Amino acid sequence: MTEQFQQTPSQTIGPFFAFALPYEGGAELVPGHNPLAIRLHGVVFDGAGIPIPDAIVEIWQADARGIIPEARGSLARDRYTFTGFGRDATTLGGAYNFTTVKPGPIDGRAPYVLVTIFARGLTHHLTTRAYFDDEVDLNSADALLSGLSDDRRATLVAVSDAAGSYRFDIHLQGDLETVFLDFS
Amino acid sequence: MPELEPQSVLSAEIAALDGTKSESGHPLRDTPQSGHPLRDYPQSGHPLRDYPPYRSSVLRHPTHELVRLDPEEVERTSPAFGHTDVNILESDLTIQHAGEPIGERITVFGRVTDGDGRPVRNQLIEVWQANAAGRYVHKRDQHPAPLDPNFTGVGRVITGDDGSYRLTTIKPGPYPWKNHLNAWRPAHIHFSLFGTEFTQRLITQMYFPGDPLFALDPIYQSVTDPAARARLISEYVHEESTPEFSLAYRWNIVLTGSKSTWMEGEHDHD
Repeated sequence: MTEQFQQTPSQTIGPFFAFALPYEGGAELVPGHNPLAIRLHGVVFDGAGIPIPDAIVEIWQADARGIIPEARGSLARDRYTFTGFGRDATTLGGAYNFTTVKPGPIDGRAPYVLVTIFARGLTHHLTTRAYFDDEVDLNSADALLSGLSDDRRATLVAVSDAAGSYRFDIHLQGDLETVFLDFS
Repeated sequence: MPELEPQSVLSAEIAALDGTKSESGHPLRDTPQSGHPLRDYPQSGHPLRDYPPYRSSVLRHPTHELVRLDPEEVERTSPAFGHTDVNILESDLTIQHAGEPIGERITVFGRVTDGDGRPVRNQLIEVWQANAAGRYVHKRDQHPAPLDPNFTGVGRVITGDDGSYRLTTIKPGPYPWKNHLNAWRPAHIHFSLFGTEFTQRLITQMYFPGDPLFALDPIYQSVTDPAARARLISEYVHEESTPEFSLAYRWNIVLTGSKSTWMEGEHDHD
């Protein structure tokens, strides 16, 4: 790497993004009436266990067949093409809610949704993976999950909480702190 | 609500955490008086997530080490955006209303590349900012400065085949915040960027040269490597300024992502 092309540092998203980043349909990767539609939702908490009302959660994932989408149109959805990207701002209660599909396994590995969190107070975003609790066999073979203690592993697994619904809470800090990932 | 501390307290904390390289080029590891062990500044160039002078970071940073792992396909790819997502007019923040916004009209331009200098082409840049008076169009912004009916402060642009982008806007004003007593943010434009892989995803802030608030600002100083910090500052480029119209600032952006970027297929890069 040359001197000329060094990483531009991150800076916090700050508190005042609500008029800029959320967009219509951002959290609906598929329409709710899609027969494959699932709800992927949760609450983002700080180290005191208080829900964070000013976070942005982004997801990126394969489609239901395990294929990474290449189609454009995440910002201007046509309600038909699956683009694999979603963005939601947390509510006053710290909640985010996506309507998406459960990703299919890629090369037979445990499926997951990549989850990225931005917030005031976070100088650099955090990235994690939401695996699914009904993929018992694939999850037990996953290199990341099997390398973690039971407590830590549980933070990466979205829990079925209703038909077609998975809950994935995110704790930035504390006893329940989510496992965050570094790919650099 | 605790009483706000004076700038002198904040400045001492900032100084204690600032990265300083020894003559050998390695960061020093002295223990500062603040009680926080002085960390090596991140070689990544990124800010410290645990940066107490920025008070909001105290309960919002993880205490466990991040788990390092190799990216899989999901991390090595990124959503695609294009001109079906972004109208070409969205790159001009001064034409979104009936009249001209108040303030100093500027052009912000540059290139987005990866760590090897290859262009990040046809990707999405989103920007947002305060108006010339330092006020955001955001309902929770309580700063008693005027809103400008002709300025929203939101723009988008898709990078060109060479990774270039160009925005027309108004120079934002500095604004006060409540991190500490008499706290002011240096003027800045927020940038959100996507790369060719999701590991390159970046949200950051672009600053203007010579701002007297840099040394006082815990958000800017959360990047404790002085050389990395300097990469957040745009450069005034007189040759690119348009006579009788606007001043030009260049800001090049580098998204390095994971080390395996070079293994990706040629279709991702020129």
